[in-house]
Amino acid sequence: MSATIKDSSTRSQTSRADIFANIRRGLKSDSSDTQRQQTVANRLSAKADNLIPARSQLPPAEQVELFKTMATEAAAELIELESLAEVPQACADWLTQHHVDQLNCASDTELSTLDWQPLDEQQIGRNERVAQVGDIASLTCSFTGIAETGTLMLHSSAQSPTTLNFLPDNHLVVLHRSAIVGCYEEAWKKLRQTFGETLPRTVNMITGPSRSADIEQTLQMGAHGPKTLIILFIKD
Amino acid sequence: MQINTPFFKQRAHDALADENLQKALAKLKTGFPEKRAIAVDRMPEFEELRNQGRDLKNHIMEHLDLYLEQFERKVIENGGHVHWARTADDANQIILDICQQVDAKTVTKGKSMVTEEIGLNDYLEANGVQPVETDLGEYILQLRHDHPSHIIAPAIHLNLEDVSEAFHANHHRPKSNDPAVLMQEAREMLREKFVAADVGITGANFCVAETGSTIIVTNEGNGDLTQTLPKTHIVVTSIEKVVPTLEDMTLFLRLLARSATGQEFSVYNTLSTGPRREGDQDGPENFHVVLVDNGRSEMIGTEFQDMLRCIRCSACMNHCPVYGAVGGHSYGWVYPGPMGSVLTPQMIGIEKGGMLPNASTFCGKCESVCPVKIPLPKLMRHWREDEFEKHLQPKAARYGLASWAFFAKRPTLYKPYTRMASWLMKSWAGKDGRIKKLPLASGWTDWRDMPAPQGKTFMQAWKEQQKTKTGEQR
Repeated sequence: MSATIKDSSTRSQTSRADIFANIRRGLKSDSSDTQRQQTVANRLSAKADNLIPARSQLPPAEQVELFKTMATEAAAELIELESLAEVPQACADWLTQHHVDQLNCASDTELSTLDWQPLDEQQIGRNERVAQVGDIASLTCSFTGIAETGTLMLHSSAQSPTTLNFLPDNHLVVLHRSAIVGCYEEAWKKLRQTFGETLPRTVNMITGPSRSADIEQTLQMGAHGPKTLIILFIKD
Repeated sequence: MQINTPFFKQRAHDALADENLQKALAKLKTGFPEKRAIAVDRMPEFEELRNQGRDLKNHIMEHLDLYLEQFERKVIENGGHVHWARTADDANQIILDICQQVDAKTVTKGKSMVTEEIGLNDYLEANGVQPVETDLGEYILQLRHDHPSHIIAPAIHLNLEDVSEAFHANHHRPKSNDPAVLMQEAREMLREKFVAADVGITGANFCVAETGSTIIVTNEGNGDLTQTLPKTHIVVTSIEKVVPTLEDMTLFLRLLARSATGQEFSVYNTLSTGPRREGDQDGPENFHVVLVDNGRSEMIGTEFQDMLRCIRCSACMNHCPVYGAVGGHSYGWVYPGPMGSVLTPQMIGIEKGGMLPNASTFCGKCESVCPVKIPLPKLMRHWREDEFEKHLQPKAARYGLASWAFFAKRPTLYKPYTRMASWLMKSWAGKDGRIKKLPLASGWTDWRDMPAPQGKTFMQAWKEQQKTKTGEQR
């Protein structure tokens, strides 16, 4: 086996040399072209915005309304709550209504320090772990909401395994009103402020529940990801 | 994948007579184009986004080597591996080696046209690794041993009954004709496969040089399960997908979904950056990116460089009258429609792919909807010229053109002969002025009548018009 690995890595090295030679021949340039290097370095460090649609540059209050409209249009459910403390009751209500007796939660402090008594009262189990096949519902936090298209941004962390966003049939997500931004560009800036140069392993932008139109071009909700996406919208 | 491009004519002929296919294509013609039009109307800046998209892609291609180096550096910095594949063969072997290093038995796959291009599934299967397609459309095709006929809606040529039969034969469940039931069935069947897979293979819509991230744009969520659950994630993508920054990626994301499905944004836009981090409870432990060339680097600096701007949205084929009439399989290889007619000859050679750039009316619709303004008709014309220069066209076409050129260059011969031809054709026509059969033009007259020339020849009319004009000027 080691022979093939070596062969494969040789292939990669030879390929790399050929590919770069072809490109540079085509561009009539070589790697020592300092002007091109400077152009590239400038672009990478400037991280300049391209055109941002007027739609996503509204005053904050209108931005929030746009988020709600766009998220609903993308078939997300929106439950508005006065404060984070109402999340356990809202979960208990939704789960009871849909006959679900188990909630798999991310272990962010924001969630784990809440008073989960309302779930106990309905005999709904709660645990903090990665998702497994057969899970019916999960609860996670979100990093930001992007008004332009009603999009949630989530990222992986030790507390928030990515499988919680995809395996369970129903995904409940907490979003603070104050976390909403107008456009994707603002979300990138926020990510860089929080994480510096290295992004988390996974950054998910989620706009509504999973869907597919692969069978006879008929749109069906709930292909492989969650069949419902419920945004617990905190009005603080 | 077997190359059937030389048989385009026969395949197109069969496709036109295929009632089921025509039913499916009729839906496509109204579906995607209408949704795109609505999405574009809702975005007043769309035209300016297209201009910026074109310019940014041009900038990237002018600096492609440098952005690729930066991307490679960042992936390695984040703990990932980068592999380079000059040919399809290189790519397949590199991918198989990664699979064998982790003793992979099964591999789940997200939707990827590059893996179709390199014929990855057949290669893995022949070497004892079982690939499992997880995109609903691709899954249906795998069950049927079929291939995609469209780059984003792979099973668009199939009807409900086809899917129903394929599932019934493979799932051993009662037959259903309800799309919702069928999708639930696929969901259940694939759940265990996602978890059992040793390796997950996805494509990438873009590779971000700034961060060393790859992004997939999907609606189903299968790509995310594919890249999150197995221990090893392999991204198979091509060199022209690199973009400088997250902001630059964003420009293309705004164009992509609207041009493709007419959505404001696809459901899942997911960035992957390296393997799982310390403390992470899930996510892959190994992260590989295989950058495939397969002829692309040779397009730099040529008239075909513009084609490297393509972001694989499918708008060109969704709006193409030829694709709409004959479907994707007629094109005979991986990439159909106008973008396929330009790319295919590059990848399999003009000798085999020459039929495709000829299968166009040059109506220009493809260029008018392309999110990065690729001059597709112009590029198809380049291929036709190349084909002519290499003497690859059929003899009848070559001699026809050559004899026309002989006369066209000699006006004293051209004028009387066109007059004579015009008179001849008029005499062949019936009373209704239409010709039912014409020698050497059965391709036209088998399907419709040829209108006979009316009145004077162009040269005569031109001469008379010029006379009147000069008369007026006096």
